[in-house]
Amino acid sequence: MIPERYRIEGVSRSFGPLEVLHDLSLEILHGEFVAIVGPSGCGKTTLLNLLSGFDKPTAGTVVRRGEVRMIYQQDGLFPWQTVAENISLGLRDVPSETERNRQIQELLRLIRREAFAHHYPHQLSGGMRQLVELARALAGESDILLMDEPFSSLDYLTRLRMREELARILSERPRTVVLVTHDIEEAAQLADRVMVLSECPGQIRYQLNIPAPRPRDPTQPDVVRAMHLILTKLNIEHNSGEYADAR
Amino acid sequence: MKTRNFVLSVSLPLAVVAALLAIWTAVWMSGVFHASALPAPTEVIRGFKEEIRNGRLITDLVTSLFRVTAGFLLAALSGIPIGLWMGQQAWARTAFLPIVNFFRNLSPLAWIPFAILWFGVGDAPAIFLIFLSVFFPLVLATMAAAANIPAVYARVAHDYGLSDSERLVRVTLPAIMPQVITALRVAAGVAWLVVVAAEMIAGRDGLGFAVMDSRNGLRTDLLVVAMIVIGLVGVAIDRVLVQLTRIPSVRWGYER
Repeated sequence: MIPERYRIEGVSRSFGPLEVLHDLSLEILHGEFVAIVGPSGCGKTTLLNLLSGFDKPTAGTVVRRGEVRMIYQQDGLFPWQTVAENISLGLRDVPSETERNRQIQELLRLIRREAFAHHYPHQLSGGMRQLVELARALAGESDILLMDEPFSSLDYLTRLRMREELARILSERPRTVVLVTHDIEEAAQLADRVMVLSECPGQIRYQLNIPAPRPRDPTQPDVVRAMHLILTKLNIEHNSGEYADAR
Repeated sequence: MKTRNFVLSVSLPLAVVAALLAIWTAVWMSGVFHASALPAPTEVIRGFKEEIRNGRLITDLVTSLFRVTAGFLLAALSGIPIGLWMGQQAWARTAFLPIVNFFRNLSPLAWIPFAILWFGVGDAPAIFLIFLSVFFPLVLATMAAAANIPAVYARVAHDYGLSDSERLVRVTLPAIMPQVITALRVAAGVAWLVVVAAEMIAGRDGLGFAVMDSRNGLRTDLLVVAMIVIGLVGVAIDRVLVQLTRIPSVRWGYER
C-alpha cells in the first residue's frame, strides 16, 4: 500500500494572465496533519480547491487517494436543516436509516453536543456550528479533511477551545488533514508539518516539521519554537532571543 | 407581567377602534357632512345585517377570494420557476430582466381596458389582472434570491455528491424559500388591492363591485360595510400567509 494520500507534482494554476500557484510539488502522508500558511492572495484557497477536486491545475498532476471532505470558514452548514439533518448529509452512503441515526448519535457524542440534534444552525454559537460541520465531514468513510480557515471567524478564546476540541476529536477519529490558516499559532499547535507559501505566485518557501506529539498546548516550548521559526521565515521576527540558536 | 402584556395588547387596539368610532359618531352628529355623504355607525350595523341576511356579502366575498386565489396561484406556479431559471442563468437575466422590470413597474390597473376587451367582465379579467400584479414582482424576487445563494452551498452540495435534482430540492429551493415567502406575502397584499379595483370596473359581482354598486345606489352604509370587509379580509390573508414564516426550516431567513 502506498502511504501517500496526496502526490502533487509540478502543479501550477493560472487565472488568465495571473499565475496563482507555480510549480508546486508536495506529498502528504496518510494520517499526517499539514498546515499551509502564507500571505493573503498567495493561492492557499486555490491549492485547497485543487486538493478537493473542485478545481483542476493548469499544469502538473494532483493524485489523491481517499474521499475528501471540506470544512469552510463559516456558514458551511445548511441553515434550513437541523444539526442531525446536516450531519446525515455526510452519511448518504449508509442505506439503513437506523444505522444512519445511530451514527449521527455517535458523532454528536464525539463533538459532545447530543442535546443539540434538533437545533438549527442559527440557534448555535459560531464555534458550535464549526464543530457540527466537523462532525458532518467526519461522518461516513471520508479519509481526508480539508479545512479552509475554519476558526478564523471566531474570537480568540473560542479559537483556542476549538483547537483543543479538534485535536481531541482527531485522536478519536484520525484523518489526514490539510489546514489552511492565517493563524501561525494555530498551525504550530496543531500540525505535524507547516508549509509556508511565498507571495503570489505561491510556491513552497519553507517547510517545518514539528515532531512533538499531538495534542499540544499553545504555549508548549515546541509550539513556541515552531512559531518563532515560521515568523522569522516570514520576516516578522528579527531578534536573537531565546530561540535564536534553534535555527 | 405576561398576562398584563396580553391585556394591554388587546385593550389598547380596542381603545383606538372605540376612539375612531366616537370621532365618526361625533362628525356625523355635527352635520359637517350631508346625511347622504356619511352614514351613522348604527346604519352601517343595520346594513351589515341586511347584507348577511340576503346573502350578497358572502357571495361577493367568496367571489373575490376565488379570483385572488386563482390569479395568485397561477402567478406563483409560473413565476417562481421562471424566477429560479432567471436567477441561475446569467444570459436569461440579461435577456429578460429589462422587460420584466418594465412590466413590474407598469401598474396592473393600466391593463383594465385590455382586460375587458379581451376577457369581457366576470372572473377572467380579474384573474388576469391579479396574475399580472403578482407574476412580475414574484419573478424578480425569486430571481434575486436564486442569484444570491451563497456559493458555499453549491460547494457543499458538490463535496457531498448531490445530484442536480437533489441539489434543486435540498439546496436551491430551501435556500430561496424565506425570500420567496416574503415576496408572496407582499404580492398577496397587492393582489387584494387589485381585485377590488378590477371588480369596480370589470365586475358584476365581488366586493369591488359591491363598493361601486353601493355608490350607484347612494347606499353609503353598504359602502362602509364593503370597505370594512375588504380591510378585514386583507388583514386575514396576511395573517394566514405569515404562518408560512413559522415553518422551522425557514426561520433562519428571518432571524439572521
